[in-house]
Amino acid sequence: MTITEQHIDQILIPILDQVSDPEIPVLSIMDMGVVRTAAIENDLVKVQITPTYSGCPAMDVIGDDIKKALKEAGYNSEIELILAPAWTTDWITPRGRKALEDYGIAAPLGAEADKDVLLNGKRLVKCTNCGSKNTRLVSQFGSTACKAQFQCEDCQEPFDYFKCLK
Amino acid sequence: MKNENLYKYILGVADNSLILGQRMGELCGHGPSLETDIACTNISLDLFGQVRNYYQYAAKISGDGRSEDDIAMLRKEREYVNVLLVEQPNTDFAYTMARQFLFDVYHLLFLRELEKSKDLTLSAIATKSIKEVSYHQRFSSDWVKRLGDGTQESHEKMQDGIDDLWTYTDELFHQTKADKAMVEEGIGVDVTKLKDKYYQLVDGVLEESTLTIPESKWFQKGGKEGIHTEHLGYLLSELQYMQRAYPKMEW
Repeated sequence: MTITEQHIDQILIPILDQVSDPEIPVLSIMDMGVVRTAAIENDLVKVQITPTYSGCPAMDVIGDDIKKALKEAGYNSEIELILAPAWTTDWITPRGRKALEDYGIAAPLGAEADKDVLLNGKRLVKCTNCGSKNTRLVSQFGSTACKAQFQCEDCQEPFDYFKCLK
Repeated sequence: MKNENLYKYILGVADNSLILGQRMGELCGHGPSLETDIACTNISLDLFGQVRNYYQYAAKISGDGRSEDDIAMLRKEREYVNVLLVEQPNTDFAYTMARQFLFDVYHLLFLRELEKSKDLTLSAIATKSIKEVSYHQRFSSDWVKRLGDGTQESHEKMQDGIDDLWTYTDELFHQTKADKAMVEEGIGVDVTKLKDKYYQLVDGVLEESTLTIPESKWFQKGGKEGIHTEHLGYLLSELQYMQRAYPKMEW
């Protein structure tokens, strides 16, 4: 039952790419890495998606949006929510990371650096407004379960940081 | 029910998260600061997400058409098998964080073992939950230290919270009949083996927080068998209100 490789039929990629994360509209669900498999089997597209966090309220909407996008492209589809392997921030693509930064959300650091900023007060997260690393953690939990709140001590801009999940 | 022990075992695991999730959710709009308010409700959301995964699985196993909502909302007080610790009320923030901390340390140790379960669904839920619960434990440990090693008043409140709740910690390591059966099948976690490690971790944080480790050896129990403190009834009346007032309602 463990599927470690992501498998998506080439022809479906541009369609799925149009579906965005409802909480972070600049980010496509493909860049987010939540689509694990998508395959055409006898007129039916079977899609497996995995949640970023267990309680992520966006998953139902994402499922509906995928169905709608595929329907518009002429496919009926079946969506399945899978838990293994568990989603990790490593699955966010480089394009996704850039989209996050442009949107004002700092992209996740590596696991060690993430621990240092969240637990040990180190200043490693780059401000999405001015680029300074002189930033401080305001709270480990932000506007959604996947983010923490930061503030830049140079330009004073408050911003979200996407927490590392491994 | 064919897999009655497995069904009961899942509820034993999931009910803790449901009841604690409800307690943390009560702070929505009532947290001591905006940031802590958001953090507590985030933790609540994580727990509810995990609970849904467990109850969906339990509903499937039951084989009699009951749904995850039926399991969450339509049982009577005596049918909930959460530990007494998680149903204790939010009195002040120190108390709330003490309760969270005493559960988080256990929760993380427990999930790391559940990850090795022969049952692939439970193992997958555990793997997913570990990532989230690690953040919960960081958050609550942080507050135990901050308040314990803070002002005289915050220290007293945190010490009171730990002293009060200590009596509920031993129950975490009790086993029901279903627990024992599932351990034997390689599905469940042998919680008795987690006890030493638990107190070692908890004591370490308490010492760092300049708090005194309670010495009392008198422990309360009963939650795992459905015998609860008076607080659970009040919690359930709020939790179940919509389903009781408007049966079968859906979002």
